[in-house]
Amino acid sequence: MIVDNFINLYHGFYIAGDPFNILLMVIGILLGVIIGVLPGLGGANGVAILLPLTFSMSPTSAIILLTCIYWGALFGGAITSVLFNIPGEPWSVATTFDGHPMARSGRAGEALTAAFTSSFVGAFFAIVMITLIAPLVAQFALQFGPAEKFAVYFLAFASFVGMSKEPPAKTIVSMMIGFALAAVGLDMVTGQLRLTFGVTELLNGFDFLIAVIGLFGIGEILLTMEEGLEFRGKAAKIDPKVVWKTWKTLPKYWATSLRSCIIGCWMGITPAGATPASFMAYGIAKRVSKNGKNFGNGEIEGVVAPETAAHAAGTAAMLPMLALGVPGSPTAAVLLGGLLIWGLQPGPMLFVEQAEFVWGLIASMYLGNVVGLILVLTTVPLFASILRIPFSIIAPVILVICAIGAYTVNNNVFDVLMMMVFGVLGYLLKKTNYPLAPLVLAIVLGDSAEEAFRQSLLGSGGSLAVFWSNPLVSTIMALGLIAGLWPLIAMGFSKLRGNTTQPA
Amino acid sequence: MEQAHHGAAAGPKQRAVEIGTALLTMLFGLIVIYGSVIVGYGWGSDGPQAGFFPFYVGLIICICSLINLVMALRTEATGLFAEWGQLGQVLRVLIPATIYVVLIPFLGIYLPSFLLIVVFMTWLGKYGFPLSLAVAVGVPAFFYLTLERWFLIPLPKGPIEAMLGL
Repeated sequence: MIVDNFINLYHGFYIAGDPFNILLMVIGILLGVIIGVLPGLGGANGVAILLPLTFSMSPTSAIILLTCIYWGALFGGAITSVLFNIPGEPWSVATTFDGHPMARSGRAGEALTAAFTSSFVGAFFAIVMITLIAPLVAQFALQFGPAEKFAVYFLAFASFVGMSKEPPAKTIVSMMIGFALAAVGLDMVTGQLRLTFGVTELLNGFDFLIAVIGLFGIGEILLTMEEGLEFRGKAAKIDPKVVWKTWKTLPKYWATSLRSCIIGCWMGITPAGATPASFMAYGIAKRVSKNGKNFGNGEIEGVVAPETAAHAAGTAAMLPMLALGVPGSPTAAVLLGGLLIWGLQPGPMLFVEQAEFVWGLIASMYLGNVVGLILVLTTVPLFASILRIPFSIIAPVILVICAIGAYTVNNNVFDVLMMMVFGVLGYLLKKTNYPLAPLVLAIVLGDSAEEAFRQSLLGSGGSLAVFWSNPLVSTIMALGLIAGLWPLIAMGFSKLRGNTTQPA
Repeated sequence: MEQAHHGAAAGPKQRAVEIGTALLTMLFGLIVIYGSVIVGYGWGSDGPQAGFFPFYVGLIICICSLINLVMALRTEATGLFAEWGQLGQVLRVLIPATIYVVLIPFLGIYLPSFLLIVVFMTWLGKYGFPLSLAVAVGVPAFFYLTLERWFLIPLPKGPIEAMLGL
């Protein structure tokens, strides 16, 4: 089994190593870093905007381009955090804590090298894990019936509720709005129209790509405008000497790295995502490290921990997307939407029917991250100068890009209006602490989740007991309940511990 | 009503906006329930009806919105949602952007994009006309060349483009 993987992977390298695909990787990474650096454009909506451009490519080349944009965006977030103290992406917020103080004290090159290298290490760890585990998960998932499928969706969404730092009721509302929007339009099972209220534009329902571009793109621009950002950054130049010097110090932090890798992988697979992973890794490193007191004043370990975890999580999010058809992050959700558009059915059958595609993609992750590391180390000054372009030039250009992106999804001008509505909604929800990721994931998965739910109930004649009918489905459902109720359970534990320590 | 502060720190309260948002999501939930009831939310002859799943989705939205509403009502009205000045900044982007997307169906994408960039750069950015015009012409031209010419993806066009025969 494992040997088979390596043979497949070798074959995958053959596909990914094609000069055209390498060129796409370079383009993808560069575009991705630009997207990651610019406010208002991020991994999810950047990929969503560029998705229509890939319709004419082969699926393998298309996914290589788009995943590389994703890697690039992950790298790009670190640049703005370190140099400008502005997290380009939510998952690089924790990187600002120590990265920016390092830049202020003239160690920007060191901080960036550490950030990029840690990103690479985290991503690499996650890819190795994907290589080894994804085929096993897929094979295991082949025996899933509709009830098990729904249970997996349940687990995915329940972990959002449990892991999110936002209040559970808000997470649930945001998620259910996504499900409701997904339900609008033609009902696949009965062929009936629903929730359209006679508006013909709603016949096809809401496209999640439009939602992503609006929520993350327009919403972000409005937020940036409110904060009245002025970019006052530190200059950065990375010369080989600094890189070499930093690399020599990094092995010292192997324990932090490894811990962050594991946290990242775990948080990435359960769709909690890169942002909590980076905070958690930073928090634990601060508590465990000898230099913990100095965290926040420019400690290199404080850059290593969150960056490693964020990238491990961002990459690990691809595993459930490929093996189960359940994306672990909004960007993975957009990629999943891309697979559907290219005519590929994500999920366990992908490994059987489209082995070439899957292994080409996995091999491209290895190559893409190596290419990415080299590229970002050599081109940082260029990207830092992009950030110096004033916001009043950047903002209208990004608006135009978002509008074009929204239009090209379905060649429909109504979608551009919808994008604006989603933009205002995104601003409002973000300001009132409703998480946006569950909303997007629910729009993407809504139809599949509903189908699995209804098929299971059809099989059982309407009895909910079908979700507890065999050990497999019961286990997944139980895990889902634990994940969803985790805050309550954790509270119970700490209370219990508090009570037992008192008498002693 | 409390007296408005004269100074920088005036604006709508976070509490008020939270309450408004909860009411808004509840309204949305009710619409979803209503729409589901119209198409039937029960168990038909061939299994669950079309409104079955959305009905419960709507129900959960309403219940959780109620929780959010109660939570919001119980918080103290101290935190600000944003200062008026900040909201003004937001509106200065939102209004041109809204006009922009409304114009697209009628004028195509190129002319509104040109206008948006010029207005933005001269009005908000205080840039001179030469630079603004250069960016405003350059960006749409770039997208015309890459998308329409290279990738063969058509973008919306209006009467101006038709006149020019593009």
